[in-house]
Amino acid sequence: MPRVSAAPAQKTERRSALEQRIMLRIDGEYITTDPGKTILEVARETGIDIPTLCAVPGLTSVGACRLCLIEVKGNQRLLPACTVKVEGGMVVSTRSERLDKYRRMILELLFTERNHVCAVCVSSGACELQDLATQLGVTHAPFEFRNPNLPVDASHERFIEDPNRCILCTRCVRICREVEGANTWEVGGRGINSNIIADLAEPWGGSLSCTSCGKCVQICPTGALAVKGRATGEMTKRAWNVTDLNRMRGART
Amino acid sequence: MSKTRLATIWLDGCSGCHMSLLDTDERLLDLVAKADIVYSPIVDTKEFPENVDVTLVEGAISSDEDLEKIIEVRSKTRVLIAFGDCGVSGNVPAMRNPHGPSPILRRVYIENADVQQQVPGEVVPALLDRVRPIQDVVPVDLHLPGCPPSANLIYDALTELLNGKAVDLAGRFRFG
Ligand code: SF4
Ligand code: SF4
Ligand code: FES
Repeated sequence: MPRVSAAPAQKTERRSALEQRIMLRIDGEYITTDPGKTILEVARETGIDIPTLCAVPGLTSVGACRLCLIEVKGNQRLLPACTVKVEGGMVVSTRSERLDKYRRMILELLFTERNHVCAVCVSSGACELQDLATQLGVTHAPFEFRNPNLPVDASHERFIEDPNRCILCTRCVRICREVEGANTWEVGGRGINSNIIADLAEPWGGSLSCTSCGKCVQICPTGALAVKGRATGEMTKRAWNVTDLNRMRGART
Repeated sequence: MSKTRLATIWLDGCSGCHMSLLDTDERLLDLVAKADIVYSPIVDTKEFPENVDVTLVEGAISSDEDLEKIIEVRSKTRVLIAFGDCGVSGNVPAMRNPHGPSPILRRVYIENADVQQQVPGEVVPALLDRVRPIQDVVPVDLHLPGCPPSANLIYDALTELLNGKAVDLAGRFRFG
C-alpha cells in the first residue's frame, strides 16, 4: 500500500539528513554544517574570510595558488581550504604566524615571477593580486625579480593577453571549459615555463574554438586578460557574474 | 633632544615621489619641526653628509652612478627607506630588464635621434645591465610603496617613524 509505506521512508530520510550534519571548529567557532562542502565554503558561510586567488564559487577548485592554506589540528601539513572537504571533529585555524608568513611569501613569489608594474597596468585599482598585497602588508619582495621576456598576444580583435601579469590561477581555463564550453585555454609548458595558451599554443585571434564571449577576461583576477584599448587602471572586472550564470543554469554555486 | 637628521635622494625615478612629499603641503612644517632636512634635491647641499638618521631614497638602481650613491647613502644612514615603487621593485625603470640596456640606448640615441647619432660615453652615467630594486644592493629598513606613495601615507609613516613608533603599512599602501 503506497500511502503506508511512503510515510516511514520519509521519516528515515529526514533523520539521516540530520544525522549526516557534522560539527567542526574554525578559528575556535563551533559550526554545524553538511558534509561535502569545502572548508573554504563553510568558512565563508560563517563569515570567516580566507584569502584566495584561484578559487571561484561555481567553478571547480584546483588549489593552484595556495593562498587559502589553513592548519588542521593533528596534521603537520598545511591544507588548501578550497579543495579540502570538511570532516566531523575537524579543528581548523585560518590565521597564524606560520600561515601569514607563507601567504606573504606566495605573493612575493608571484610578484617576482613575472613583470608586475602596477603603475602602468590596465587593472591597477581593480586587481586581486594588488589588493591582497595591500591587505597582507606585502610591501616588497625579498627575492630577485626574474623579469622574464614574455610577448604580449594582441591578436584578438577585442581582447589582449599579457603573460607578464599572469599568476597561472587557471580561472580562465576553467571558466572557458566549465561555463562557456569552448575549451580554448590550457596551461602549456612545464614548471617555471608554464603559460596560458590558446588552442594548440596559437595566437588567440586565430583561435577556432574561442567564441569571444569574454568570460575569461572578466574572471581573470589580474591585468593578464583585458579588453583592448584600455589604458592604465581602466580595466574593471565583473568576476562574480559566473555565480549568477551558474545559478541561472541551476548548478550548485 | 636634538632634531632628527633627514635626507632625501633621487636615483632612477621620475621625481614623482618627491612631488608627493611636497604634496604634504603645510604639514611639511610639522615635519621640519621634528627633523632637519640635511640633504635633498630641494635643499642646496652638494655632498651627502655623515650621520644621517633617516634617508628617503626615490628610484631604482640603474646606472653606475646610482650604485655609487646608494652605497655611500647606506654607509651614512641609520634608517634607509625605499621611497616609492621604483626603489621597492624596480617598477617602470626595470621594464627594460627583459631586453637589457643596448636596445634601449640604440632606440633613444640612434634610431630616434636626428643629429649626432651616437650612444654617449661620457658625462651621462653608464647604465647597468639590470635595473635593481634598492634592497638587491643594500639593506633597506622600510619599504614605502606607491607610484607615488600618497602624501598622507608619506606624512603618516614619517611621523610614526620620527615619534619612534613601529611602522606597519598593512592595509595602508597600494602598489602603483
Ligand atoms: S596584474 Fe595586478 S599586481 Fe600585476 S601589475 Fe597589474 S595591477 Fe599590479
Ligand atoms: S590569464 Fe588571468 S585568469 Fe588566466 S591564469 Fe593568468 S591570471 Fe589566471
Ligand atoms: S584559493 Fe585555494 S589554492 Fe587558490
